Amino acid sequence: MAKYLLLKHYRGAPAPVNDVPMDQWKPDEVEAHIQFMNDFASRLEGSGEFVDGQALSPDGVWVRSDGEGRPPVTDGPFAETKDLIAGWMVIDVDSYERAIELAGELSAAPGANGEPIHEWLEVRPFLTAPPTVTD
Amino acid sequence: MDDVELRELVPEVLSVLVRRGADFATAEDAVQEALVRALSAWDDGLPSDPKGWLITVAWRAFLDLARSDASRRDREFRYDTEPPTGLVPSADDTLHLYFLCAHPDLTSSSAVALTLRAVGGLTTRQIAQAYLVPDSTMAQRISRAKRTVGRAGVDRPGDVRTVMRVLYLVFNEGYSGDVDLAADAIRLTRQLAALVDEPEIHGLLALMLLHHARHRSRTRPDGSIVPLADQDRSQWDTGLIAEGIDIAQAALARGQLGEYQAQAAIAALHADATRVEETDWVQIVEWYDELLRFADTPIVRLNRAVAVGEADGAPAGLAALAEVDEHVPRREAVAAYLHEKNGDLELAAGLYADAARNAPNLAERDHQTRQAARLNQHLQHHR
Repeated sequence: MAKYLLLKHYRGAPAPVNDVPMDQWKPDEVEAHIQFMNDFASRLEGSGEFVDGQALSPDGVWVRSDGEGRPPVTDGPFAETKDLIAGWMVIDVDSYERAIELAGELSAAPGANGEPIHEWLEVRPFLTAPPTVTD
Repeated sequence: MDDVELRELVPEVLSVLVRRGADFATAEDAVQEALVRALSAWDDGLPSDPKGWLITVAWRAFLDLARSDASRRDREFRYDTEPPTGLVPSADDTLHLYFLCAHPDLTSSSAVALTLRAVGGLTTRQIAQAYLVPDSTMAQRISRAKRTVGRAGVDRPGDVRTVMRVLYLVFNEGYSGDVDLAADAIRLTRQLAALVDEPEIHGLLALMLLHHARHRSRTRPDGSIVPLADQDRSQWDTGLIAEGIDIAQAALARGQLGEYQAQAAIAALHADATRVEETDWVQIVEWYDELLRFADTPIVRLNRAVAVGEADGAPAGLAALAEVDEHVPRREAVAAYLHEKNGDLELAAGLYADAARNAPNLAERDHQTRQAARLNQHLQHHR
């Protein structure tokens, strides 16, 4: 098994195919989308592949130390051009191919006019300890 | 005996150990160990005297912990294996435990965790699950909290105000995993109200009961939010409401108003309306004005603006909203609601979308997105 991080972006990702802001969707399209997202997570829980999923607020700042005895320096909120992560899902799957397959399914969540959004998701493998080899 | 009855024995068992001379921190670990053992051992059948069983097992665990501690520090071990008898803990002992756990030197998260374990009788694992952190993190938080209490001195514990604040925090955490923290908060507040006869504690208890009475109707099975106006009031727990109203009225009659009593009065007025149209918004606004005397916070002012909008119309509500801090969470949601009520649908739709963007959680975000979508569809049809 290998863990992968699926990242969804508020901005910074290439534009999705079906790119309409959610508040412009029809109410039943909003319902269908929320239902799809709930079902997706529970399906992965059911198949034993779900690890964690969280959504992030769009608020955020840069922080760095300004030396001992001084308060940290903050910069932000993030500029409009900044790549901005909206949330993540961690999955634990058998193969790279399975991770790509699941990300593809998630990307096809229904959107405006009932059409799939086809949004871009980022798939990042976790660094892992080398496998133990015993002969 | 169910888990809750088992939990209720915990503060008493802990008090017995402390009475016998055990230090609070070690005794608390020992009681936790006895509790965890009881949870597995009692599945096969209850001991004839559950409390006596817990005390015996906890005392032995304490002796083991104290012995290893003493040998580590190379000190003479000074506890008798046979405990002194006849030391029965009093109500004051339990109250003292509450005060220790809500010690003013503790951060909120530490005070909450320690209260749930030492007084609430929850296991570290249950508390960790409820707050969605790893078990080891919660175990560390609790032992650090006990070190802080030990350093600060057990003679200078917190007071009733800090205890109430901690219990209210627990209550607001609600339901997570297998543990119903709201129910535990109510149980502990009931116990506190029995120990200290102060109107504000009764106010807090009433407030919790009145909120808890409505919790089933507040969300749908899929987790989505149902606003107060749309809730199925037949699902409200009328027994809890009646009890909450009785307690609130008795507290208010004593003429020592405080913030929890004022909030309980507002909750009682909502609970009293069998249909949303019957809500006495004028009285609710009056209670918000009282509440402002004790707790002039942006959140209270925001909620007051909603009530003013219902009592005196949307323009009055918007005027009240203009006085509220720009940065208070959910301000856009309230602004959207009041503008919609005022007939300014385009502005309201935009504000709902803003509210969704800045929502503090997913359920709220989904709810505000639905509102925006609903209004935008309406606007399209009438363009």
